[in-house]
Amino acid sequence: MPSYVMMEKCDGCKGKDKTACQYICPNDLLVLNPETMKAYNREPEMCWECYNCVKICPQQAMDVRGYADFVPLGASVVPLRSSDSILWTVKFRNGMLKRFKFPTRTTPEGTAIPDGGWETGSDDLKSPVLFSEPGSLGVEVPTPSKKS
Amino acid sequence: MPPFETVEVTTDLLILGGGMAACGAAVEAAYWAKKKGLKVTLVDKAALDRSGAVAMGLSAINQYIGLAEGANTPEQYVDYVRQDLMGITREDLVYDIARHVDSTVHLFEKWGLPIWKDDQGKYLHEGRWQIMIHGESYKTIVAEAAKNALGMDNIFERVFIVEPIMDGARIAGAVGFSTRENKFYAFKAQAVLVALGGAVHVFRPRSVGEGLGRAWYPPWNTGSSAYFTIKAGAEMTCQEVRFIPVRFKDAYGPVGAWFLLFQSQATNALGENYMETNAEELKKWAPYGLAKPIPANLRNWLGMMDMKAGKGPIYMRTEEAIQRIISAAGDEKAAKRKMKGVESEAWEDFLDMTISQAILWASQNIQPEEKGSEIMACEPYFIGSHSGASGAWLSGPEDVSPAEYFWGYNRMATVRGLFCAGDASGASSHKFSSGSHAEGRIAAKGALAYILDNREQPRVNPQAVEALKEKILRPLALFEEHRGLSDNPDINPHYTKPKMFMFRLQKIMDEYAGGVSTNFTTSKTFLERGLELLTFLKEDAEKLAAQDPHELLRCWENVHRLWQAEAHVRAILFREETRWPGYYFRADCPDMDEKNWLAFANCRWDPQNGQWEMTKRPILHFISATK
Repeated sequence: MPSYVMMEKCDGCKGKDKTACQYICPNDLLVLNPETMKAYNREPEMCWECYNCVKICPQQAMDVRGYADFVPLGASVVPLRSSDSILWTVKFRNGMLKRFKFPTRTTPEGTAIPDGGWETGSDDLKSPVLFSEPGSLGVEVPTPSKKS
Repeated sequence: MPPFETVEVTTDLLILGGGMAACGAAVEAAYWAKKKGLKVTLVDKAALDRSGAVAMGLSAINQYIGLAEGANTPEQYVDYVRQDLMGITREDLVYDIARHVDSTVHLFEKWGLPIWKDDQGKYLHEGRWQIMIHGESYKTIVAEAAKNALGMDNIFERVFIVEPIMDGARIAGAVGFSTRENKFYAFKAQAVLVALGGAVHVFRPRSVGEGLGRAWYPPWNTGSSAYFTIKAGAEMTCQEVRFIPVRFKDAYGPVGAWFLLFQSQATNALGENYMETNAEELKKWAPYGLAKPIPANLRNWLGMMDMKAGKGPIYMRTEEAIQRIISAAGDEKAAKRKMKGVESEAWEDFLDMTISQAILWASQNIQPEEKGSEIMACEPYFIGSHSGASGAWLSGPEDVSPAEYFWGYNRMATVRGLFCAGDASGASSHKFSSGSHAEGRIAAKGALAYILDNREQPRVNPQAVEALKEKILRPLALFEEHRGLSDNPDINPHYTKPKMFMFRLQKIMDEYAGGVSTNFTTSKTFLERGLELLTFLKEDAEKLAAQDPHELLRCWENVHRLWQAEAHVRAILFREETRWPGYYFRADCPDMDEKNWLAFANCRWDPQNGQWEMTKRPILHFISATK
């Protein structure tokens, strides 16, 4: 089905104009049904299983059931994403469980400074020096050793 | 059909797209625009946090040179790319990305991307050019810097760009529509930077049921870069260079960490290493077949030879690789610790970037330390990175490019004011996520330099914009007009819905242009028949119908795919040889022809008369680490 909505848990993001899953889906698949006030995946066969709807859902109402045309039944992969790490629970068809935790970022959310604190070494729009260079590069911008 | 309000936006630089290249363009452009008092606007068809090819995340950064530590030089990267693409590469463009890419990677790290480190605190390499990351939030972090640089007031999300607006031969902006509100957008700009991604689902994928969406490259890459640049009248290059990666079968999980980090081998089902047993074949593709590293398409080809000989499936021997790593760890305790680390690394590789592969392994009870896993060639894709090369033909940088490759501004297409980066930029392969971001930065700087030299706003004819609005919204009107006729809204003699339109395109491409069903084999006669069928399809594009804005999006995405398809068929037809046998095989021209075809096969659609022109352009060899 790829990603699907668990009817019992979905609250339609409390009737806001768009649900979190609808906001994030890169392929415009998740949509709110105004009658049931629950989201649904309108084109599951165009789902990439990117899990962005699963990760963002405030109700943990989204899950993925592997593509039925080649994935045997019974496995699941469930993320729990926080601001600096992600915890994965992988359940095998035979019932075995594995759990993995990985860091996702080293800075507080929202604090990315575009130039990274590096000054730009040129004011010339026609020079090959990009903003934050040469500091961010660590060397002067190279030019090729040979030119015909 | 509800009325659509027209929203006009006037800006100086218009960035189209929201992926890595567009985010690179955003941070670079914001810096220079602020200094020079210029306005920059970005338009994304999705949400910037999770749009583009890196929307899911990545487990590695595949282009890092190591300039500061003297590990490699940009010249060495040029040698690597030229060899992998069987000689077909623009050395100036590849060099230019390579000299800037480390800056971009260092910015990523500052912004918060966790990069793996070794005992000395240096980046941990997967291969010579590849470094490992904890990349689940890669795109979110890169998007955050772009948002902080531009400000959300200058970013339009959920607006799908359909067509360019022209002022004669000069670009004047772009038009599109919102997929959330009944709004039609007309963006007017002095320069337009195209970073609208590559193309997936032009060919029929191997999975056609629910797994249709599980392409290796994301299904929201729908050929918009190619369409936009072709329709603007830009010369295109390498439209014949499709990319077919070999990945874990069906879920298309990454193999890079297995081949490079874990030093795994791939073998046929009999345990033979096809790169050794089929080594004789490499001589046929000399000089590239005999140099290292062996080009990706030839590695595909040698594997396919074993598949044809009935020696498949091909397996990644994960169990052997892990066994080797564990035995080298030392005593039992060390081996156990090592095993835990490797297991975590192996699963993270999938969980960061292809979660479907983790589901597939779990569903088949696959533990990589116990048994190997099938790998296979995917279906053809169009991308400007990896060993793909399709895109627009662009000017290089003034301080690097010879006269044949330079016309005023870095990354400008052959159309005035039109700039390209990432998958939109051709003949500059192996840029990956980091190089695409760097190229976005390069193109943005070039575009702003152009704007300052050409301060005159382009003229936009309001009637032309109104005509584009009518054309773009026509599928909605067509549906309204005929909807009552049949019991099923998808089946109606007056129109075609976008999904079946896409399947028709995929069937033509698969069967006539060398898709998976013909083992990537085609010929002149097949291609010519394919073009006839594409012509019918192009005519029927006028009859696309949409019952809501989502289907309208699908209609235009598939028109974009169609134009990418046509450019591809014409370019394969033009290049009368087989140069990348693992990507496609011209059965009527089965050999590589260095004398006549060590050249770019370029094409251009002429907006004046609607005709395609094919042109050979020279390959100039002027950068090398070994000369």
